[in-house]
Amino acid sequence: MDDTELVLRLAHDLDGSFEALVRAHVDRCHTIALRVTGNPHDAEEIVQDALVRAYRALATYEPDRIRELRLRPWLATIVLNLCRNRARTRTVPSTPMAPLVDAGWEPPADGTTDPASLALEGAERDRLAAHLAALPDRYRIPVVLRHVDDLSYAELAQVLGRPEGTLKAQVHRGLAMLRASMAGTELEELTA
Amino acid sequence: MNRHATLGTGHEDEAPGALAVLAAPAPSHLADDVLVEVGLVDRMAPVASPLGTLWVAWNGRGISEVEQATDGAEAAARHEARSGRRTVLADALPDRLADAVARRLAGERRVRIPLDLRGRTEFEVAVWTKALEIPAGEVRPYGWIAAEIGRPKAVRAVGTALGHNPVPLIVPCHRVVRTDGTIGQYSLGGPHNKRTILSAEGLDPDAMETAARRGERLSGSTTTRIVCWPTCRHAKRVQDRYRVSFRSLREARSRGYRPCKICRPVAVEPAA
Repeated sequence: MDDTELVLRLAHDLDGSFEALVRAHVDRCHTIALRVTGNPHDAEEIVQDALVRAYRALATYEPDRIRELRLRPWLATIVLNLCRNRARTRTVPSTPMAPLVDAGWEPPADGTTDPASLALEGAERDRLAAHLAALPDRYRIPVVLRHVDDLSYAELAQVLGRPEGTLKAQVHRGLAMLRASMAGTELEELTA
Repeated sequence: MNRHATLGTGHEDEAPGALAVLAAPAPSHLADDVLVEVGLVDRMAPVASPLGTLWVAWNGRGISEVEQATDGAEAAARHEARSGRRTVLADALPDRLADAVARRLAGERRVRIPLDLRGRTEFEVAVWTKALEIPAGEVRPYGWIAAEIGRPKAVRAVGTALGHNPVPLIVPCHRVVRTDGTIGQYSLGGPHNKRTILSAEGLDPDAMETAARRGERLSGSTTTRIVCWPTCRHAKRVQDRYRVSFRSLREARSRGYRPCKICRPVAVEPAA
């Protein structure tokens, strides 16, 4: 069921179709929370809290409002707000290096079945995640939404409340910083 | 370099989702955790009680049912059929809920236990809320509840509502007895269980019924001239030599006794 059909069902019968929303969006909400906070424990709590808040909000919305909802950016907004609240109240910085495997990640079945190459991919992914986690929020969050979650720039603008042009520049710079950091070079050195 | 392949090297817009490899599926319990929290799925776990193992169902709104069953699967199936909600078995109640239930079963009245009473009528909820006021070790007749909730003629409906109590023991409907003083029915496995629980709370059901048969419906003190339900904590404090029994509140009043302000005896007639 795609989101267009899902919002129609939610508007008609929230309790009967909320489980479908959860099943359809729980993994991407978790991905966003994990890549933004860098902490698997925080990510789990944030996702649970976000989806519970989504349910409670939907319970107060008129059916027309639910039908017009764009679920992907709407849920991303709730998740991000909770990530920000948590960052604000946290006194000790989170550890961004927590391995993905702890968060239940399993390699995709893409035909690459050689265990050695899978392990290499896993290690590479962890390294990529760690470098991403080290980016400043201003760049990391747009990069996560655009390139990990695959939101459009129009949706990014809606979620982050910044102009599309600004976001394109931030994503561009964020990816450049990521590439530089993966290559072991400070971007500042490259662009100074 | 090959190991940077996922990132690409050109304009990022040419490769949206280039970091999709960083997708991290949620742990499998997370979806159910959400659905339980909002009350669309229930969990069910065993709890020790004076009646042996009971199965308690709950969700984020509160406890939704207490069942007696031979095993969890049977209890969950019955609860699903009654509630219409998928029910997942668990090892134990969450700590806070488990603690609250244990304290309530031990007779503490003031411990707060959230209940999920969606779909129940206002009348039923009023009856169950009133039953919560009866302390452990005391009983009141159906007619007392009817009078207290402002529906003095609804004695039979009070009995029906108590029979439908989805959370027996948590809401102590076992502390409500028939207006003629006999123990009466019990939804959780029948009258035998009702006697067992009342005994566990320090009452003697046989003695209560014997006294009621003798017509001793109310108990007064000749020193205070106050009349109580026989199991009221104040009535139980009265020494035998100062104790006097009455058949009815009218009889007590006619002899100059006033009703206790704690247990509030009322004139109740057996349901027709």
